[in-house]
Amino acid sequence: MALIEKAQIIDADGVRRALVRIAHEIVERNKGTENVVLIGIRRRGVPLAQRLSRFIKEVEGVEIPVGVLDITLYRDDLSTLASQPVVHKTEVPVAIQGKTLILVDDVLYTGRTVRAALDAIIDLGRPAVIQLAVLIDRGHRELPIRADYVGKNVPTSKREVIEVRLEEVDRVNGVWIMEKPE
Amino acid sequence: MPVSDMQLILETAGSLKEILTREIKKVPTLRGKSIVTLFYEPSTRTRTSFEMAGKYMSADTSSITVATSSVVKGESLKDTALTIQAMGADMVIMRHSVSGSCHFLARILDCSVVNAGDGMHEHPSQGLLDMFTIQQHKGGHLEGLKVAIIGDVQHSRVARSNIWGLTKMGADVHVAGPATLIPPEIEQIPGVTAHDRVEDAIRGADVVNVLRLQRERQQKGLFPTIREYSRIYGVNRERLALAKDDVTVMHPGPMNRGVEITSEVADSDHAVIEEQVTNGVAIRMALLYLLLGGAEA
Amino acid sequence: MANKGSNFDTTVLIKGGRVVDPSQGLDLAGADVLIVDGKVAKVGAGVAVHPAAKGARVIDAAGLVVTPGLIDMHTHLRDPGFEYKEDIVSGTRAAAHGGFTTICSMPNTNPVPDNQAIVRYIRQKAAAAGYCNVYPIGAVSKGSKGEEMAEIGDMVLEGAVAFSDDGLPVWNSELMRQALTYAKPFGAPIISHSEDKSLAEGGQMHEGYWSMVLGLRGIPAAAEEVMIARDLILAELTGGHIHVAHVSTRGSVDLIRRAKERAKRVAETAAAGGHGRPFRVTAECTPNHVTLTDKAVYDSKYDTNTKVNPPLRTGDDVAALKEALADGTIDVIASDHAPHHFDEKDVEYSYAPNGLSCIEVSLALAITALVEPGVLTLPQLVDRMTTAPARVLGLKGKGSLAPGSDGDVTVLDPKARVKVDLSTWYSKGKNAPYQGFELVGQAIHTVLGGRLVMEDGVLRA
Repeated sequence: MALIEKAQIIDADGVRRALVRIAHEIVERNKGTENVVLIGIRRRGVPLAQRLSRFIKEVEGVEIPVGVLDITLYRDDLSTLASQPVVHKTEVPVAIQGKTLILVDDVLYTGRTVRAALDAIIDLGRPAVIQLAVLIDRGHRELPIRADYVGKNVPTSKREVIEVRLEEVDRVNGVWIMEKPE
Repeated sequence: MPVSDMQLILETAGSLKEILTREIKKVPTLRGKSIVTLFYEPSTRTRTSFEMAGKYMSADTSSITVATSSVVKGESLKDTALTIQAMGADMVIMRHSVSGSCHFLARILDCSVVNAGDGMHEHPSQGLLDMFTIQQHKGGHLEGLKVAIIGDVQHSRVARSNIWGLTKMGADVHVAGPATLIPPEIEQIPGVTAHDRVEDAIRGADVVNVLRLQRERQQKGLFPTIREYSRIYGVNRERLALAKDDVTVMHPGPMNRGVEITSEVADSDHAVIEEQVTNGVAIRMALLYLLLGGAEA
Repeated sequence: MANKGSNFDTTVLIKGGRVVDPSQGLDLAGADVLIVDGKVAKVGAGVAVHPAAKGARVIDAAGLVVTPGLIDMHTHLRDPGFEYKEDIVSGTRAAAHGGFTTICSMPNTNPVPDNQAIVRYIRQKAAAAGYCNVYPIGAVSKGSKGEEMAEIGDMVLEGAVAFSDDGLPVWNSELMRQALTYAKPFGAPIISHSEDKSLAEGGQMHEGYWSMVLGLRGIPAAAEEVMIARDLILAELTGGHIHVAHVSTRGSVDLIRRAKERAKRVAETAAAGGHGRPFRVTAECTPNHVTLTDKAVYDSKYDTNTKVNPPLRTGDDVAALKEALADGTIDVIASDHAPHHFDEKDVEYSYAPNGLSCIEVSLALAITALVEPGVLTLPQLVDRMTTAPARVLGLKGKGSLAPGSDGDVTVLDPKARVKVDLSTWYSKGKNAPYQGFELVGQAIHTVLGGRLVMEDGVLRA
């Protein structure tokens, strides 16, 4: 089922500006960068976390560690999928005990991915704080979850699909709104 | 098994191995799945490895060990298996002394069946963990590697599973052992070369995989004495020196030190025998994950 | 149920078929066969006007082939002792359904027929059932234990036609020698189940590439050949008649071919007043061993119905068997029908018993494997399944449509296309790897002593 492209809602520049703003907010809210660790949720959360780390370094001159979280093993829909999704590595380079963890993902929708990510993080240790940063919040939450940092709120219908394309993965930057055909 | 499936299993195991290094070695993936290990042959190693793999993935595991001697008189495999299935098992992992038993079991049961070694046929998870271990030591690839398999190839399911996997992945397999323990048809498998002398198989090898010698083969008259075997076919330091400098030495265990392998070799930096055990758990986690999830297992 | 003595019941006219009788070298199109009072009266065109044909039951054989009743000289009826696998009634019904009018029962029953009482039991039970003639093969040794010779002469007087410890080799060479010597004046061959048990021990299938792949212990071709070589040498030593059962390898074929040539030379020399004692060598192979190879075990994923002794061999062995059937080195096609209970085969491969059930497709397998590809002509095939076994066993009045012969006739359709459906079999044994096979050839009617036993592929009672 091919998706139909409806509109581009953010361009490359817009993505950059949103991330720079979030980087500032992270520093602001946490009163600096001490103990902060960025955790990208595979797949597009990972380049977003790396970019945030870069922007924070530009502002603060501090290298924020970036971890990679694969949440496949924690998904709540494994038994309903026809075949098993491929598991990728989880790579968190530092002990997370007592740290301020910022989960990073591209789109916040039902909240189920974040739920899985929270479980996955807890299995790795006990951070002091967990926050959530997303590029797009499109609504339709199914769980009591909210983001601490949002690039842009985009009201959508359930038929629509938000596609975030990032250079590291898709060779282009921007956010598109797509639609499933009738 | 197609190459793409093997690659998927190896890659998945690569991702899952990290869990074994965690403080909390448990992920919730297989919650509510029940796994039964059904072993008709004694094996602490493989059964424990499967059980721990299941537990790390939050599956419930139970084990049934059936003494081989009572098999013929006792309940048939068919009835035992149907009983286990009726209790709600999602997967049966079986070790059996008769080749092909897992094919038989798979015909009877609707749930997943995993072969943990059947007679002289195959031991797929061992073959995969050996390939995984080689990959980790040889820069992630198997193609073009020279792998020597030394010992009782004739009766070894480990050898067969290694040979099928490695040759499909493009490795060059060289086997050697007493002529009575090397099936003459082995060279009909593309990519396999048989040698009369262990030295010729080991020369220039990237990997030396030493098979366990079953002592009862001697009683059956397949070679004269353990002493002679060790002298002519055992892997020792002198023979290992013929291999590449960075040779990796493997053994499926349990070892007969001083028979098929000397302690000098088994305890050397080249040996990765314990790592094989760790990798075995990762491979089995991958198998369980790939087989037990999904709407239709 | 046997209506003996009624002329009407045992007089039949089989009209308008292609009559193939290898015993007389006959191959007549559009010919009739008249059987009167259970014996062949006349064969040829226009027999219908014969006075005895008046009022006879008429079987229309137009488009079909009429042959002497098929003979299977190697059948396991399992009775007495293993009636849950097969019994004399179910086994003879299966035989009739397969087109056979005469079979020889193998002696690996419990008790074994090593005395006249059991031979008589088999004969009487088969006669009472009335589907097929049964000639028992007696045991060579008491209890088939390979120690003391069984009552061979006594059993011959009760109707045994050959002797074998089938299922087991006669491992004791001295006993084999004495049996060959002793049985000769009774005109009964000793049938060699050729297997060196020490070489075959624990074997599950042919030893070769596929046994290596499957990790099943192999049975080397040599296990068969070593024993055949011994028995051929003993036949020459004793001047006896050795019949080699279920030949399965190229090496065996070579040994038998050479032994037959030697037997011919010895006979010629002896006839010319020279030195040497004539001896006789005959052989059989099964339709299974010219249909399947050892790869079937792999293809079927260890289907226990591919487990048989001797094991299914290689393609090269199959080719050798075909050559041997064509040049007469192998005289006879015999089914080695070996029914087993479903439960016995529904186990791990190594725990399953040897043998497969096949008497109901034996003819179709043979036509498909041998006649269709042109290995044998149809008359040659008919010879291997009628005249030849009658000759090997010295069965008087069998395997021939010559006037005065027993009125046993098979009417078959050598071009019929059949899809094997085990559920239609009369045998209790459904242990065959042939379910769904598409075969060519089918027995349509069988006539036993002038009585119609099978009509249009269905038994009459």
